[in-house]
Amino acid sequence: MEFARHLPYMQPRAGSGSLILIVALGLVGVVAPWIAPQDPLATNVAVALKPPSSIHWFGTDAVGRDVFSRVLIATRLDLSIAATAVALAFIVGAAAGTISGYFGGWIDAAIGRLTDTIMAFPLFVLAMGIVAAAGNTVANIVYATAIINIPTYIRVARAEVLVRRDAPFIQAARLVGNGPPRVLAFHLFPNVLPPLVVQASLNMSYAILNAAGLSFIGLGVRPPTPEWGIMVADGAAFIISGEWWVWLFPGLVLTGAVLAFNIAGDGLRDFFDPQKR
Amino acid sequence: MMSEIGAIEPLLEIEGLCVNIASRRGNVAAVRNVSLSVAPGEILGVVGESGSGKSVTALAVIGILPAAACVAQGRVRFAGRALDLTGRHGGDRDGLAIIFQNPRAALNPIRPVGRQLVDALRVHSSLSMGQATARAVELLKQVRIREPVRRFWSYPFELSGGMCQRVMIAIALACEPRLLIADEPTTGLDVTTQKAIIDLIVALAARRGMATVLITHDLALAGERCSRLAVMQGGQVVEIGATAEVLSRPREPYTRSLIAATPRADQGARPPESRTLGGLVPKPLLLVEGLCRDYRLRNAGGTAARAWARLSHPGEARRIDIVRAVDNVTFRLSAGESVGLVGESGSGKSTLAALIVRLIDPSAGSILFRGKDIGAIRARDAARAPHRREIQMVFQDPSASLNPRHTAFAAIAEPIRRLGPLAGNRQLDIVVRELAEMVELAPALLTRLPHQLSGGEKARVGIARAIALRPSLLVLDEPTASLDVRVQAVILDLLAKLRSEFELTYLFVSHDLAVVRRICDRVLVMRAGCIVESGMTEQLLSAPTHPYTKELVAAIPHAVVSREHCHTAPTG
Repeated sequence: MEFARHLPYMQPRAGSGSLILIVALGLVGVVAPWIAPQDPLATNVAVALKPPSSIHWFGTDAVGRDVFSRVLIATRLDLSIAATAVALAFIVGAAAGTISGYFGGWIDAAIGRLTDTIMAFPLFVLAMGIVAAAGNTVANIVYATAIINIPTYIRVARAEVLVRRDAPFIQAARLVGNGPPRVLAFHLFPNVLPPLVVQASLNMSYAILNAAGLSFIGLGVRPPTPEWGIMVADGAAFIISGEWWVWLFPGLVLTGAVLAFNIAGDGLRDFFDPQKR
Repeated sequence: MMSEIGAIEPLLEIEGLCVNIASRRGNVAAVRNVSLSVAPGEILGVVGESGSGKSVTALAVIGILPAAACVAQGRVRFAGRALDLTGRHGGDRDGLAIIFQNPRAALNPIRPVGRQLVDALRVHSSLSMGQATARAVELLKQVRIREPVRRFWSYPFELSGGMCQRVMIAIALACEPRLLIADEPTTGLDVTTQKAIIDLIVALAARRGMATVLITHDLALAGERCSRLAVMQGGQVVEIGATAEVLSRPREPYTRSLIAATPRADQGARPPESRTLGGLVPKPLLLVEGLCRDYRLRNAGGTAARAWARLSHPGEARRIDIVRAVDNVTFRLSAGESVGLVGESGSGKSTLAALIVRLIDPSAGSILFRGKDIGAIRARDAARAPHRREIQMVFQDPSASLNPRHTAFAAIAEPIRRLGPLAGNRQLDIVVRELAEMVELAPALLTRLPHQLSGGEKARVGIARAIALRPSLLVLDEPTASLDVRVQAVILDLLAKLRSEFELTYLFVSHDLAVVRRICDRVLVMRAGCIVESGMTEQLLSAPTHPYTKELVAAIPHAVVSREHCHTAPTG
């Protein structure tokens, strides 16, 4: 409790720090092909498994590819998989949850049972199953990641709508001639948006981990495409023999991205909470 | 028990209390140098508008100030002991109890109210489960909760706001406190409940020597019940003294303006305006016949809870699954009339209002508006029904009824955009500005969001929105209940002005007879879903026939307010 009282004062700084990191990662993702010092796919056995140096900042991997360039290029793929998956889950989940909460009845029951079904599976195993069945392409990783995240949005949106559905300002909106679609879109939805945005930020980190995790176990992006999960998997073979740079640097960037989105989520939650303004 | 010395010494002594609240724009002095004392058995009234520092003083005494507030100066002694003012979690406050304004927020939403009462009893005494349960039912009965055994197992959301407050009062009284701080305890309750609860507090205070601090904005209530009054403004006590003294010879201009703004049941009635033309009875604008609305109670308490209740109280535990909120109501409204609908909370008056504006569907009966049965249109389709723009509503809570993300301008423009004649943005701007002018809202405020407006300003936005389409029937659901008394007086004047200007018909839902008397030609009295009496306002209030109406009229607080000394009173 004592600690909690200081949170409001600490959070903004951590939040803005994480926001800077996210923006930096996004920029790197956009400009990576132009700033990468080497070709991420070019193999050169002569320089295989060299430790970090002035030419290869993060060292080289087993076939002599530049780890630094590969980490940069992978940023674009990993972030866009996560962002697309979260956007998909957000759109489908928010719409389904809002409708479910507002209309209730059999629609609510049907959507509710569907979420229950999805959530009954261990989510990562479900994602593995989807990718294994549909084939491991980037699109399928996006769909799998989106599907396992949809229930969270449905539940958050539904709960927020239930709280506000009979609020006086919604009744007032109905009285001045707003039919159900307008009430939903222009009066309810904007008011349930803040918690959903917070959820989306927290979800980004989970989606990044999920995509990397799928690739790590060989069910995601196929080598030699640079991707953080694959790179960590490649490096795992060299942990014992001491070539630490192969797995450490992609792992660090992955951890940094996950942490940044998590802290940004907490920061956003405080930002939207009127009590803490 | 209390010693002889304790009976003479004040029980609570506040000396030079200053409380600062930190905000983004620096420190705000919420309480400035307040000194008060309360003797055992005494009832001290603390009166003032919202923001005058009444509640902050109470929170400081009870030791639960919000994190942003801190006591800068001053001492508080309770029963001869100095209280620690730096803590924020109560502590060392045995014998002090507080009741808050928003009872629903103070109750645990997922625990039956009876269990919460038992919890409080068992923490503060060594009663067994059975004894505590019996005592809890007894306490619920004392705060006038009907069917206390069934209500024991009710969850807070199943009870009306008034009932929740009764439960809160029962919990506060359960621990037999020596000092009770009641922070607006009866605000939002109907007059009969208000009377019953204040009677209960007064009786307890007298019997047990319990001291009471009654914080209220209702000067009439405080004037009737308190031995001494403290008037607060801007964080300071501006006037303090014996009640009769303060009311008959107010020294401060602020006190005078408060007294002037207090509606009194024994004056201020408007002459009834007859709108019948040439002796013709006007065609009814609204004709409600045999209107009913049922609510199904879903499983009151768990199965085990019901079985327990049935075993312990075989007579009362009969399960009733359907509650008839509105029961066979028939009445008519003529064009241009102003009709009051009064009754206590839970009497079905708000449900009736919601039925008429077609927010909910009736279970039986018809609602004829200009001869057309609008009750047959489903509530879901009512948004686009042709009568929509003719019937509008002003809501009870001006804050909750405005979309927190829409500006005042958007709120007022909304009905015109949806239902009004198509017009360009320029014209819309002109119309909205005209409406703002009509409700005396400064045009500069139109760009603000609801949380940037005061209660009175929000109420004006709500009224402007309701009259934007020039409706013929305006349903007002306790439009002034949540406003300060001076703002309330101004809004009532505004409503009276608008009515004569636009020939509106008002259905004025209220629990406050003094307010109803000021604005209504005719009154319908509602109880337990039925209309028990109706008649012209003057006649009904001066010679009520139904016992319930008599009770209502008798319960209006009558402070001895002398007007002779307040001629120069400014109004807010």
